[in-house]
Amino acid sequence: MSRIKRRDFLKASAGAAAGAAVGPFVWAGSAHAQWSNSPEKGAKLRVLRWKRFVQGDEDAYMANVKKFSDRYGIEVRVDHEGWEDVRPKAAVAANTGAGPDIILSTNDDANLYPDKLVDVTDLAEYLGKKYGGWYPVCQQYLRPDGRRWIGVPLGAAGNCLVYRDSQVKAAGFSSFPRDNAGFLRLMQALKEKGTPGGFALGNATGDGNTWTHWLLWSHGGRLVNEKNEVVIDSPETIRALEYAKQLYATFVPGTLSWLDPNNNKAFLDGQVSVTCNGISVYYAAKNSQDPKIKELASDIQHANMPIGPVGVPTEFNLFFNQMIFRYSKYPRAAKEFIRFMMEEEQYGAWMQAGIGYVTHPLVAYEKNPIWTVDPKHTPYRDSMKVMRPGGWPGRLGYASAGAIADFIVVNMVAEAASGSKSPKEAAERAQKRAERYYKV
Amino acid sequence: MERLLDNRNVLGLLFLLPAALLLLLFLTYPLGLGTWLGFTDVKIGRAGEFVGLDNFRFLAGDAVALLSVFNTFFYTLVASVLKFVLGLWLAVLLNERLPFKAFFRAVVLLPFIVPTALSAIAFWWIYDAQFSVISWTLMKLGLIDRYIDFLGDPWMARYSTIAANVWRGVPFIAICLLAGLQTIAPSLYEAAALDGASGWQRFRHVTLPLLTPIIAVVMTFSVLFTFTDFQLIYVLTRGGPLNSTHLMATLSFQRAISGGALGEGAALATAMVPFLLAAILFSYFGLQRRAWQQGGADR
Repeated sequence: MSRIKRRDFLKASAGAAAGAAVGPFVWAGSAHAQWSNSPEKGAKLRVLRWKRFVQGDEDAYMANVKKFSDRYGIEVRVDHEGWEDVRPKAAVAANTGAGPDIILSTNDDANLYPDKLVDVTDLAEYLGKKYGGWYPVCQQYLRPDGRRWIGVPLGAAGNCLVYRDSQVKAAGFSSFPRDNAGFLRLMQALKEKGTPGGFALGNATGDGNTWTHWLLWSHGGRLVNEKNEVVIDSPETIRALEYAKQLYATFVPGTLSWLDPNNNKAFLDGQVSVTCNGISVYYAAKNSQDPKIKELASDIQHANMPIGPVGVPTEFNLFFNQMIFRYSKYPRAAKEFIRFMMEEEQYGAWMQAGIGYVTHPLVAYEKNPIWTVDPKHTPYRDSMKVMRPGGWPGRLGYASAGAIADFIVVNMVAEAASGSKSPKEAAERAQKRAERYYKV
Repeated sequence: MERLLDNRNVLGLLFLLPAALLLLLFLTYPLGLGTWLGFTDVKIGRAGEFVGLDNFRFLAGDAVALLSVFNTFFYTLVASVLKFVLGLWLAVLLNERLPFKAFFRAVVLLPFIVPTALSAIAFWWIYDAQFSVISWTLMKLGLIDRYIDFLGDPWMARYSTIAANVWRGVPFIAICLLAGLQTIAPSLYEAAALDGASGWQRFRHVTLPLLTPIIAVVMTFSVLFTFTDFQLIYVLTRGGPLNSTHLMATLSFQRAISGGALGEGAALATAMVPFLLAAILFSYFGLQRRAWQQGGADR
């Protein structure tokens, strides 16, 4: 009963609140979820996290941290570093046994040193029970043996297709295509109209990996199989690369040089009609002081990555974890901190401040009004629900991390798309490069 | 104790000690450790074991690593030659009598003073596929009909990164050579002029021989800096497109830090040492030919 009421309330409030401030929502939670923990006396915490992509994230996060400190009397110092710099720092901390108590890092980092991390099974189970369970990808990342949780998922920076509604309509499409074939037709039509799209093909750690993995997986290609055997040189991969070649022909010039910031810049300047990105482009446009860019916001729309021949969503998004290190003197306080930050009261407000830049890992947070208050937010809601981990479907660890860091998939797609190698050659080269990682 | 301190040798050693300690701690130890890591399979966050030459064998069979070796040599060779020619030319010009000499000399140094990371970001915008000021100007002038793909085409990207490196490196060479030029006694030029030497002959037979020792030192430094360049590439391309601008230093970082394979990255970095040593030895033995400088023949 209460559930239906809440849903009705949400629908009603979401509809009414379009453009207005987002109200809080209440999740009844499971009665079985029990949590008892007593932080160490005199505990102090140091947290290292990746630097925000949208300002609202940092403001709300720090407000929650202050709330925690006030309530528990535990001093928390938070350091922010560029997301690509957190990885080596976390690894060094794990290796030397000194550093921040908690590190918020990305992708498969926790799988590199699972023995150095505090077992957080109790906390993950409590949160899972209370908030409708974790999405499957959380378990693939942080519960590698199917029993023990080595970290608590924080969410993922969802990636969607960010496009200019007016230009897509002008190209003759009343709605955004949902499958690969339609998507290619749209891209071709956009090119013809002189308003091409563009996707990063340089060594762009975030944006490059995201869309090229979608492309590969959507055709049924994959780097490795379940047994961690490299199987990238396959007919499915070739098909993906042939598709990439056709897609690349429609791109704005210069995408081979694009790093992570390029597509944001080009889109906000009105030079590309479609790209793949987080909600940060929309956030930037909406909050811009420049009236021209602000106007752009109303024309921005989002769509989920198209479905390829495999028939299911095949997304790859930047995953965020929260790890407590064994060397921490205050593991109980650290757990309390993560629990506090993940509870609806804090997490919900944080989501709203970032307008959903970080997609929730817990099912119940689907109901957060941020996803419906502006229909443009909605596509990002399911980013964690449908995503796959980087080394999918193999085991995560040094090999998967190394293969991603070395841009094997990105380079393969770039080689084939630009025509510098044939699809077959590109796949063979990727196979050879990946085998070197997966042998170790 | 007092007598000991009066001993020149003991006192000398004592004064040397701080410098020696600093060098040992911050130079010899990291270099030794890096070399050692190159022979292990250590990963970030995990201790490793000695694996002999495995990393080097692995790299020798790796297409991307081999490409980075080629890129490094190409980058170093072309950039160094350009920097030398332009630097020498600039030095000779600045050595002439010209108005506002001090001002020009100061201005020339500017590219060298700006932090590399900042100038690299400026170049990143200059070369941007969508926002390049060069492309924009040429478009407005009607000279081109589409933006130049400075960093998106493998060879264009190589030349563009080299151009940025040359821009930054020329002042260093020019100023050093200028200092060298000013030590050449004017009487030598007068003597040459009396003998009826042309401008080119004066340059060829007076300036160049006397400048050679400085050239040797300056070019050694220049080659070393260029060979080990990192910041410029990291900001401009991260080694792309298609790894065509990956230098050994940037690939080493990508493998070791981003990829976690510390041993492999260290091996790639260590592999740079022989090349660097060769460059130093070449300049030492090849360019510092005293006999030739003093008018004698090489033996």
